[in-house]
Amino acid sequence: MGSRIVSFELCGREVEVLVSPMATLQSVLRSQLGYTGTKEGCRQGGCGSCTVLVDGEPMMSCLLPVEDVEGRRVTTIEGIAPVAGLAPIQQAFIEKNAFQCGYCTPGMVVLTKTLLDHHPSPSRDEIIDALGGNVCRCTGYAPIIEAIEAAAAGATTDAGRDAGDWPDPSGER
Amino acid sequence: MPELKMPEPLHVVGRSVQRSDAAAHVTGRTRYAGDYTFPGMLHLRMVRSPVHHAMIRAVDLSRAERVPGFVRALTWRDVPHNVYTILGLIGVEPEEEFVLAQDRVRYKGEPIVAIVAETEAAALEAVAQVRLDLEELPAVFDVEEALQPDAPIVTHWGSNAFMFEGHPCRRVRFGDVEAGFAQADHIVEAVYNSSPIEHAPTETTGCVAVPEADGRFTVYTNTQALYFSLDNTAIILQVAGKRLHFVGGTVGGGFGGKVDVIVEPIATLAAMKTGRPVRYVFSRSEEMQVSSTRSAWRIRIRDGVMRDGRIVARKVTSYADSGAYSRQTPYALTKHAANAAGPYAIPNVSIDAYCVFTNRTPSSAMRGFGVTMASYAIEVQMDRIAERVGVDPWTIRFVNAYRNGDMKPHRKLAEDATLIETMQAAAALVGHELTDEQRAMTSAPRSPGPEGSPGGEAAAAGSRAAGAPASAGAPAAPASTAEGVL
Ligand code: FES
Ligand code: FES
Repeated sequence: MGSRIVSFELCGREVEVLVSPMATLQSVLRSQLGYTGTKEGCRQGGCGSCTVLVDGEPMMSCLLPVEDVEGRRVTTIEGIAPVAGLAPIQQAFIEKNAFQCGYCTPGMVVLTKTLLDHHPSPSRDEIIDALGGNVCRCTGYAPIIEAIEAAAAGATTDAGRDAGDWPDPSGER
Repeated sequence: MPELKMPEPLHVVGRSVQRSDAAAHVTGRTRYAGDYTFPGMLHLRMVRSPVHHAMIRAVDLSRAERVPGFVRALTWRDVPHNVYTILGLIGVEPEEEFVLAQDRVRYKGEPIVAIVAETEAAALEAVAQVRLDLEELPAVFDVEEALQPDAPIVTHWGSNAFMFEGHPCRRVRFGDVEAGFAQADHIVEAVYNSSPIEHAPTETTGCVAVPEADGRFTVYTNTQALYFSLDNTAIILQVAGKRLHFVGGTVGGGFGGKVDVIVEPIATLAAMKTGRPVRYVFSRSEEMQVSSTRSAWRIRIRDGVMRDGRIVARKVTSYADSGAYSRQTPYALTKHAANAAGPYAIPNVSIDAYCVFTNRTPSSAMRGFGVTMASYAIEVQMDRIAERVGVDPWTIRFVNAYRNGDMKPHRKLAEDATLIETMQAAAALVGHELTDEQRAMTSAPRSPGPEGSPGGEAAAAGSRAAGAPASAGAPAAPASTAEGVL
């Protein structure tokens, strides 16, 4: 089998890539397109660090042949933030200290995006259920759940604030 | 004299400060080691031992070399200093771990041949095409079995015990432990076991090594020990440290699992031999099978205890399963020996702590290694003592807790003891009612005479005079006649 061209929408822009048969969306994103925000914790569907949205639905990109996204709309972590600054979900993750090493964070944030798109005010149980496929080895989940609750409640202090506006460690808050 | 200017007022200490990497983490812009790609980058995959212990009769690369995309294979002959030990940097001997196996494999998953190829798929295909001719040997997986005279020998120098200054274990001797047992009202004995624990970081161990135009090599790595890795790589490759530039600091979870020097030397060697960037990142199954674990432990404790809960003698025999190579485990045993009596003032202590080689995956650092399992065993033992002697578990700990000025069995003075105050605070938090005596206790140095309330303070004071009867007013001086080796 030879290579073929696959085209899809990636974070709002049309892309066309020459892919080898059965290449995963994850490897094409990371190695061919330079979208390394999508992580690779296991490449076998066990960790959720590679979560992306395909037509708004969460998918583990390590299990997805890139041919399957032909003509579809793919959103990665790179497409979550507004042009400048941070989305409220991202703000909430920072404010609730919902990460330590950060390796699971892109997958968690992408998952939260679709969860809140579908259920603007999820119950704690719904949040826990939604997180079932996403592993965090560092944080212990409680801060992640709190971040999602805060994002759902619109309870972040200054949603969408410019990323450069974070309090300067050397100055007053 | 010029006027001294006041430094800038402090803005950070005592405040919550935004992490500098936070915005990059939530936007996916943090660059982890495995995120770096370079033009012409090659992929390295490892041929590993499928068995726990074997002689290597032959390695046949002919079929692998014909795989399209195959670039080069590396064997032990390509490694300038193939036998090393990570802690050699701090004087630990002997050198004993093989970067690539020579004539023998000692654990399942031990690296034998590194394959470098144009794509990861080609590298994996070439790995699958390498033919190994192995003669399997009996293997040993239990620390005490490994120390039996007829056990299969794992190491290349003929002993399954790491030698600590001429002794097969790290030893502590304090007071007279047999006299302590003779004097005790109760003997409480138990054995505590733990399994290996994998750190399981979400990001697997890996690096990318890049040859630079000036003859140096830049290595993007997720090591937790940047200079340690650089120095060991320089030793293994026999190059000056200045030819290596390690870029790190971003670790996708480590917990001690990324302090060994496993991927950088071989990736850098491959970059040297091919002149091209080389990526070597563990698969998840490699991370789970061949990256170091926390050691499995077996800890035997025998305590002599008085009716009131004072421990007058403690004998600990511990075995840490180092797996096939030492990595950081000998250091764990030294820490273990220093902590195996716990935060308690025990006048007669004997500790033998063995670092044992078996055919299991090498173990190494993990959060408090050496001490964590000692604490687990000791605190379960304290509860066991409480139950046996019929004393409340809080009381057992208050009665035996260190005070400042107490001599620890390994001859370090307790100088920052806070166990009593910590227990008092913990009791308040969980709503546990302490006795007046317990509430009145402090970690302040014991005075030579009776002090405080006669029951608590004086009884505990008596407990720490080596081999002395439990009388109030026992001398507070350390057991100066005790003979000890650490
Ligand atoms: S990398 Fe896809 S689920 Fe782990
Ligand atoms: S923050 Fe490290 S894995 Fe989640």
